Amino acid sequence: MAHAEGQQHPIGIYLKIWGLLFVLSAASYMVDYLHFQGYLRWFLIIVFMLLKAGLIVAVFMHMMWERLALMYAILVPTVLLMVLLGIGALEADYTFFTRGVFFVKGLL
Amino acid sequence: MAQAAPASTVEPLPLAEGVQGIVADWSSDQRAFKNVPWGKAMMWIFLLSDTFIFTCFLISYMTVRMSTTEPWPNPSEVFALTLFGKNIPLILIAIMTFILISSSGTMAMAVKFGYEKNKKMTFILLLITAAFGATFVGMQAFEWTKLIEDGVRPWGNPMGAAQFGSSFFMITGFHGTHVSIGVIFLIIVAIKVIRGDLDHQRPGFLTGRKGNYEIVEIMGLYWHFVDLVWVFIFAVFYLW
Repeated sequence: MAHAEGQQHPIGIYLKIWGLLFVLSAASYMVDYLHFQGYLRWFLIIVFMLLKAGLIVAVFMHMMWERLALMYAILVPTVLLMVLLGIGALEADYTFFTRGVFFVKGLL
Repeated sequence: MAQAAPASTVEPLPLAEGVQGIVADWSSDQRAFKNVPWGKAMMWIFLLSDTFIFTCFLISYMTVRMSTTEPWPNPSEVFALTLFGKNIPLILIAIMTFILISSSGTMAMAVKFGYEKNKKMTFILLLITAAFGATFVGMQAFEWTKLIEDGVRPWGNPMGAAQFGSSFFMITGFHGTHVSIGVIFLIIVAIKVIRGDLDHQRPGFLTGRKGNYEIVEIMGLYWHFVDLVWVFIFAVFYLW
């Protein structure tokens, strides 16, 4: 039983993903090096971040070869964190607003 | 009626695929995660809980950064290094990123050679991974020293918002601890591999479980997770 359970894949796929991760990391470093600012900077940072994270989880951690039951059990709960992110952003906006009203003269 | 071929009683039934497969796996009155050793399923569940911890740190960092009325120190300048007479922004962090990604690559190959029962290659690759990890922690120690000398403290710093220091030390400290623990366990697993514990199913020191090459993959899951967390820290703390 245990022998059939191992994840065995050709070494080429690891090397290719490794190279791709290097390229993506270099690209995200270039975002800073070339002084991209504003929405373009944030967009590129997020895109490179998600691509790298996806490649690591899917290939290095073998998630793309697992059964859907495990995939969903691990990946779906992380979606909940987006709710926490939203709450955090709302709260931060409110704190910033009240600090502006009470602490900083001339912000409003 | 002709008798069914004997092979059909030996072969396990094919597992359902797709959404039906999820329902079938979870309602099977057996283990829910088919084709996965339980140690690996447990590691995945631990990593999920760790994801929540790190996300809590990153979201609290986001809230303090959004809500502060003082300017946030520019990470690009704070983490710049002077190399060969030139001031290069963020270079130390970039090198650390490449080191950690390289360690992930060697780890993935160690898992592959482990399942092929290639003891020597697995051992070497695990040690290379551990060496990369130790280098990473060393560079982080250097970075902390530099920032502390620059006057960055958890309660304030000369560059701007006080929350910069607390977020920085909390997030990178927790991540660095994960890397350090990972290095220790990589060395332990490497010793188990080269000693032949996994071939001879030698019981473990703490758990008494029989040695098995699955532990290399489980170790790999942890190590890739450390790299995964760094991807997010690099993006939202250092680049933002």
